[in-house]
Order: sequence, then C-alpha cells, then structure tokens
Amino acid sequence: MILDSKIPEGPLEQKWDNYKKKAKLVNPANRKKLDIIVVGTGLAGSSVAASLGEMGYNVKSFCFQDSPRRAHSVAAQGGVNAAKNYKNDGDSIYRMFVDTLKGGDFRAREANVYRMAECSLNLIDQAVAQGVPFGREYGGYLNNRSFGGVQVSRTFYARGQTGQQLLLGAYQALMRQVGKGTVQLYSRHEMLDLVMIDGKARGIIVRNLDTGEIERHAAHAVILATGGYGKIYYLSTLAMGCNGSAIWRAHKKGALMASPSWIQVHPTSLPQSGDYQSKLTLMSESLRNDGRIWVPSKADETRQPNDIPENERDYYLERRYPAFGNLAPRDISSRAAKERIDAGYGIGPLKNAVYLDFSKAIQEQGKEKIKEKYGNLFDMYLKITGYNAYNEPMMISPSAHFSMGGLWVDYELMTTIPGLFALGEANFADHGANRLGANSLLQASVDGYFIAPYTIANYLANEIHTGKISPDTPEFETAEQAVKQQIQDFMNIKGTKTVDYFHKTLGKLLYDYCGLARNEKGLKYAIEEIRRLKQEFYKDVRVSGQGDKMNTELEKAGRVADYFEIGELMCYDALTRNESCGAHFREEFQTPDGEALRNDTEYQFISAWAWKGENNEPELIKEPLIFEEIQPTVRSYK
Amino acid sequence: MDLHLKIWRQKDRQSEGKLVSYDLKELNPHMSFLEMLDTLNEKLITEGDEPVEFDHDCREGICGQCGMMINGIAHGPLKNTTTCQLHLRSFRDGETVLIEPFRAGAFPVKKDLKVDRSAFDRIISSGGFVSINTGQAPDATAVAVTHQTAEEAFDAAACIGCGACVATCKNGSAALFTSAKITHMVLLPQGKEERSERVLNMVTQMDKELFGHCSNTEACEVECPQGISVLNIARMNYEYGRALFFRRKG
Ligand SMILES: Cc1cc2nc3c(=O)[nH]c(=O)nc-3n(C[C@H](O)[C@H](O)[C@H](O)COP(=O)(O)OP(=O)(O)OC[C@H]3O[C@@H](n4cnc5c(N)ncnc54)[C@H](O)[C@@H]3O)c2cc1C
Ligand code: SF4
Ligand code: FES
Repeated sequence: MILDSKIPEGPLEQKWDNYKKKAKLVNPANRKKLDIIVVGTGLAGSSVAASLGEMGYNVKSFCFQDSPRRAHSVAAQGGVNAAKNYKNDGDSIYRMFVDTLKGGDFRAREANVYRMAECSLNLIDQAVAQGVPFGREYGGYLNNRSFGGVQVSRTFYARGQTGQQLLLGAYQALMRQVGKGTVQLYSRHEMLDLVMIDGKARGIIVRNLDTGEIERHAAHAVILATGGYGKIYYLSTLAMGCNGSAIWRAHKKGALMASPSWIQVHPTSLPQSGDYQSKLTLMSESLRNDGRIWVPSKADETRQPNDIPENERDYYLERRYPAFGNLAPRDISSRAAKERIDAGYGIGPLKNAVYLDFSKAIQEQGKEKIKEKYGNLFDMYLKITGYNAYNEPMMISPSAHFSMGGLWVDYELMTTIPGLFALGEANFADHGANRLGANSLLQASVDGYFIAPYTIANYLANEIHTGKISPDTPEFETAEQAVKQQIQDFMNIKGTKTVDYFHKTLGKLLYDYCGLARNEKGLKYAIEEIRRLKQEFYKDVRVSGQGDKMNTELEKAGRVADYFEIGELMCYDALTRNESCGAHFREEFQTPDGEALRNDTEYQFISAWAWKGENNEPELIKEPLIFEEIQPTVRSYK
Repeated sequence: MDLHLKIWRQKDRQSEGKLVSYDLKELNPHMSFLEMLDTLNEKLITEGDEPVEFDHDCREGICGQCGMMINGIAHGPLKNTTTCQLHLRSFRDGETVLIEPFRAGAFPVKKDLKVDRSAFDRIISSGGFVSINTGQAPDATAVAVTHQTAEEAFDAAACIGCGACVATCKNGSAALFTSAKITHMVLLPQGKEERSERVLNMVTQMDKELFGHCSNTEACEVECPQGISVLNIARMNYEYGRALFFRRKG
C-alpha cells in the first residue's frame, strides 16, 4: 500500500489557498440531503459539528459524557497558540511553523504544520467573536504569554482555564445549531463500532449508556474527534473516560494507525502519592514562566526545601539548557526530571518528584502579581496536596499527557477509509514526535472550524446522488451483532479481578517499558506480558451488573480490552524505530551526554500500521517525510 | 482512617431508592472522595455486588460532571470545591458520611448518584451563545475590551454547569447557572446585540424545564464550586425587565 498524503502543489504559503480554490463545493440545496456523523464533542468535534450544521448538512453529534460541554478539552489550562505577533517580538506564521516542526523533532509533515500556523490567526478571531474572555491588557487589547519550547509570546489564555473557555465557545455554537435543529445531539452514547459498506465509512454502532440499548446510525461520512488515548497508562493527566476505542475499532476495520508510541509525558504533573490514585493532575506549563525547577544537589536529601540553601540546589534545566532554561520543551524537561529522579535526587515522600519554586518570582514581582497570574493553580495545588505553594515550592513529576499518534490522515484529514475523517487529538497529524505546549487546543479547533468543513465538502460533493443510507443492511446487522456478542462475552466471564486491576497493571507495564524511555529488550518483554495479561483478562475479569442496563464497569471493560491491543501496537512501533526522537527515547540511541540521537537517514518517515488480525504482527507502512522548506537540524535548546 | 458510609441506592428512574450502609477501613486521608468511592466499588465488585454508579470524568474540578450531596451539602463540606477535589482529610476518623444524589425536580435520578442534567443544555441552546457563524470572524483586537470587563465576564463564564446551585436551592432554581451565562454574554461587546432576546428565551426555557423560582436565599453562591456571585442573578433580573420594557415599546 502506498500512502498518498494529498499535499497540494505550490509553495508552502500557497498550498492551503490552492487547495481551497480547487476543492469541490456542495450546493446549499444538496447539503440537506447529506448526513454526517461526528463522534466527540471536544474542541475538534463541537467545532466541526457546529460548522457543518450551520452550512446546512444534517449532523448527528455523539459523546459519552452527559453533556457535550464536558469533553476533555475542558481541562486544558495553559493556553492556545496563535502567530498574531501582537507583542511585536518577531513572531510570524513562518516562525511558528519552524518552532512547531523543530519542537516535533522533524517528524511531521511540513504542509500540515504550516497550515496549522496559518489558521491560528483565525482561531483567535473566531473565539473572541464567540465571547471567549481571553486575558486582556489594561488598554483593552489581547494579552499573551510564552510557553515551553519557544522564545516569543504567542500563547493566548483565559486565566488557567483556556480549554474550558474555548470549549464553551464551541459548545455554545454547537447548542445553537441543536436549537435550530441542524444538529441532533446524542450525549451519553458511546461508539462501539464503525460500519462500512462497499469500502466506505457509512455509519456507527453506539451504545446508549443510560439504557444499555444498542443503536445503528447511518451517514454519508463519519468524523472521529474522540481525543487522545493517553489514559492507557492508567495514571495520566487525562480525564477518566478518555479512551482509544473509537479509533481502534476503526483501525480494525482498515484505517491505519500512525506513530502510536509517541505519547507525550508532561513534566509538570503532581506526583503520585499512593496506589489508590486514579489519575494525576496537571499543573499548567505556564507555571514554568515564573517557577524555577530544581532538586537538591545532594542525593537522598532529607531537609525541607526552604532549609536548603541556594548553593545546594541544582537548577538542572538552567544548567543543562541555558538558552531555554525552565522553558525547555516537554520531552526534554520530562526526561531531565526522570534522569535526576532515577539518579537518586528525587524529592517528596516517594522520592518521585522535583521542586517547582516560585520564591524568586514572588520576591521580584510580589505575591499579588503571582496570585493574579496563577492563583487558581495554587488553590488547586492546595486542595489536592494540602500544601501552600506560596510558602514552599510545589512538587511536580512527569506524567502521560498527550498522544501525538492516532489515526493516519492525509492533508484532507481523511483516514485510509474513504469517508472516515479523524480530527484533533484522534489523528496523528501536525505535532511530529513531540507536541509544543498550547498547540493542541489549536490543532483541534482549526481542524474543526477551518479545515474539515472544506475537505469534507470536497468528499461529499461526490455523494450527492448516493441517496439516504439505510441502517437496515447486512453490514449494520453484522456490526451490531458483533458488538452485542462482545458485551455478552464480557458479562459471561464472571472472573475474580476488576477491570481497574487490569488497567492499572497494563499502565504500569507501559510506564516501565514504553514510557519516557524504551529499549529493545524491555519492549519485547512488554509485548509478551501484554499478551499474557490480555489472556488473563478474557479469563478472569469480573464485570458486575447487566449488559443491557446502565453499567459503568462494562463501559470500562470495552475500553481496557482495546487498550491491550493499542498497547501492543505502541510497543511494536517503538521497537521498529531505532532512533530517539521527541517523546520516543530509545536508550540504545543517545549522545554521550544523554541527549536524543535522531537518525534522519533511516527514520525520516511516519510509521503507519495496518491491523493484521489478533496475535499477528501488524504491518508497517512508511510515509516518507520530505522537507523542502527547512532542513532538519539537530534540536538544541542549550 | 475509617469511614461509615450511608449511600443512596436507586436502581433506575422508576424504582424507589433507599440508603445503604457500608464500612470502609484503613483509608488514606490523602485519598480524594471519588477515590474512596472507587475503593468501595472495587470491594463491592469482588464481593459480587453491584458498584455504586456516580458521575465524574476530569477529576480536576473543571468538567462539572461529578457532584453529590455529602452530609446534606452539595459537593461536601469544603467551600468552593467540587466533589472530585474533596479529600478525606476533610473528614474525621470514624465519621458517618451520608451520600445522596443532587435532588431537584428538573434533575431526575438516573441511577444511584447519577442525575439527568440535560435541562442545562436546553437552556444554553435556547440562547446562551453569540449568533456568529464559524469561519469569518473580524480581527480579534478590532474591538477593545478593558481588562476589568474581560475579568468580570470571566468570573461569570467560569461556571462549570455542575448543578450544585440547583441542588442546594430549596426551590430547585437554576437562576445562578442561567444568570452566569447571561452576565458573561452581556458584559462583552460581542454579546450585547442579542441581549434582550437571549434573556427572554433563556428565562422562558428555564421555566419550561420545571426549575423553581429564585427567592433570593443565596444558598447557591455559598455552595458553588466556582464562587459564582448572586449579583449575576440581579443582573439577569435587570436584563429581563429591560428586555420586557423594550419589547413593549417595540
Ligand atoms: C490536563 C490537560 C491539560 C491540557 N492543557 C493544554 C493546553 O493548555 N493547551 C493545549 O493546546 N492543549 C492542552 N491539552 C491537550 C488538549 O486539551 C487536547 O489535546 C485537546 O483538547 C483534544 O481535543 P479533542 O477535541 O481532540 O478531544 P477531546 O476534547 O478529548 O474530546 C473527545 C470527545 O470524544 C468523545 N468520545 C471519545 N470516545 C468516544 C466514543 N467511543 N464514543 C462517543 N464519544 C466518544 C468524548 O465524549 C469527547 O466528547 C491538555 C490536556 C490535558 C490532559
Ligand atoms: S453556578 Fe456554580 S453551582 Fe451552579 S452550575 Fe455553575 S458552577 Fe455549578
Ligand atoms: S470530575 Fe470533573 S469536576 Fe469533578
């Protein structure tokens, strides 16, 4: 199979314009005849459903939460990037493009990255017009701040709740369409399978989570905007319900999965404190603008942080990466923290954390100023840990956070299945092997507001004469039966261990062998262990309650079943990439001073994987990355 | 620490519910309240019982999905905190903790501690937005908004839609939720154009959903995890009166 990325011709700055000029249109009268399913109501899903509804298509919008407003995008704190150059500090679309490509360790497509930077300008306009209350200067103009991995201020923010405010904007736009009847809303519905007819995506099978009923929904195109699968690690910064099931089930129907092992570990999450813990909480990266990161320079330090004098502190980021210091990108900062923790310098009760210290900033700017900037984060820290970070440094630790991998999509955001699109974190595009802070909200939003409405129309233009798709076909019947069978199977096992037990065990395996650092031996071991665990799961899991009623345990069982397979693929992916790049750090491939050693001659490609059936090795298909505009350089933040 | 729990168990919307007692021993005080319920559920499942259904997702205090009455207080004893951000250190060793769903006419119980809050979505869909189409918005700095105004709008926009205000109100009123959105929108230049229509539609929808009337007890503000101010309700009432007045004239 040859992957066609469909990158339009012309110079980089004109590609998107060229595409739009040539893209086919659907006449407004015909749009009513076309049905579109959107799974997910995060920034990507809400924005695309609202846009398509407004254009006059019949849209059905699905999410598993009780309201679309609760999709995981709501939790993003730090901000969203846009190359507006309001600060006049030298920002431009081109600079943002370069930063993003470099931040992703040159493992992303130039054309996609450029388009994201280009569309970033419109996103801020769109959000402000919707009433998103971004931070403002006293004169009334928009304010911004800097974020990890860049040297200009291009991050727009709404206090520490940027994701919430952007999502509310998109949700309100969506609910406006729901009110108008162009979008039909199905909250508390989980997609459990994709239905294909004649090789095209034609619908989905969902479970109504309140009643347990299985439903069929047909459409001319299906959009998956189902977010990331980082919760596979169990402990992560993601919401409890985040999962990879929708994209995984599409993968098993033929959509390729790209770069599954590139999962970002965020450097500033709160450390784990006990076994009972269900998730880790992120402290916004923006804290690194003013907080200084350090560990004691003596191993096994027992003194309280405030008792450790300045000259006995190791500000290791400032020491190792003087040009970026505390703002070094996430992969680098996370790894540097792990290095110190593993070397015995970790702090906190479990010795698994490092300090994030505001004393200097408070001294210089005053407590009030710091309170205004980060007050809600300090409050949150106090609630969770019981410690007051105005008086002593915070304790932070790396934690799984974002999946750069996802369904492979071309420039049109279409997967390898015709009519199946993947948007936002569910696709693999734009971030390469590492995502720069504040680029994800951006990608999810521009995919939904500005890109998919054009590319989906281009696809649908050929569907005008197809006529209504009926859900009463053998394809729907087979898919529905398979879903029902799986549910029955889970209910019948009646084993002794809970779903969470399996999820936690899998997560620990992945942290240890396919986490911040990987090696060949560990990955091979992990593949074996995951298979063993999966077998045990199908023999010994206990799902209580009933299959045809509201049943949270059953929902979790389905998600964990998919996680076993995704985890296995992550390990295969990591195993075949004999280099270190971005979030992928293979211990065998590093420089003498412990930095990642990329191998452009052999690995300058996107790994796209095809499903070959259970217990068979997946097939690797390569999409070569061609850089015309900039030549990959060794990333240096020193 | 040990806790004695009394939890509302209700099979489904139609069935009658009742309080059931559970004892949990040797809990870590650093555990969150929901992690304590996870622990209980693990135990129930292994013992062959059905776990307690409760709503939650982000566990970061921002999605608004969790929420229950804990010892009669929405989201529990800590002020301005969601249930997921409440930790066992807020309870005493050996304490009896009463856990019930949010109760209000407009929030029917679905199962155990889960309630149906879709009425909130319908209120938003009746007018809680700026009617701007997507794609071609004017430049964001074209209209300046003072720092003060943006911050005030934000204070209102911060509502997470959890429903604690409704559950805690003796009338089951959604005034705090609705007024927060109205205030957010009316403060900003973008939202001003539709102010009259918006408030009339949203208040009408609120009434249709069987939420009670606001009788100014101000209990909602006390238990709101986002500290949304009751002054928003005053603003909503003003906006409503203003809209009626202009409508009559027009
Ligand atoms: C704690 C945290 C902080 C972050 N901070 C930032 C930040 O400051 N800046 C930034 O740019 N990015 C940030 N990110 C990343 C960013 O929030 C996400 O990448 C982005 O919001 C993803 O948006 P999305 O629309 O793709 O998916 P999501 O918002 O995750 O939405 C997924 C949707 O899919 C639905 N869904 C999933 N599976 C199914 C199914 N099977 N059936 C039905 N529905 C389904 C869910 O219900 C939900 O509606 C942060 C992430 C985390 C975890
Ligand atoms: S006003 Fe407060 S209590 Fe009411 S829904 Fe909003 S956040 Fe919750
Ligand atoms: S679980 Fe999201 S606010 Fe509590």
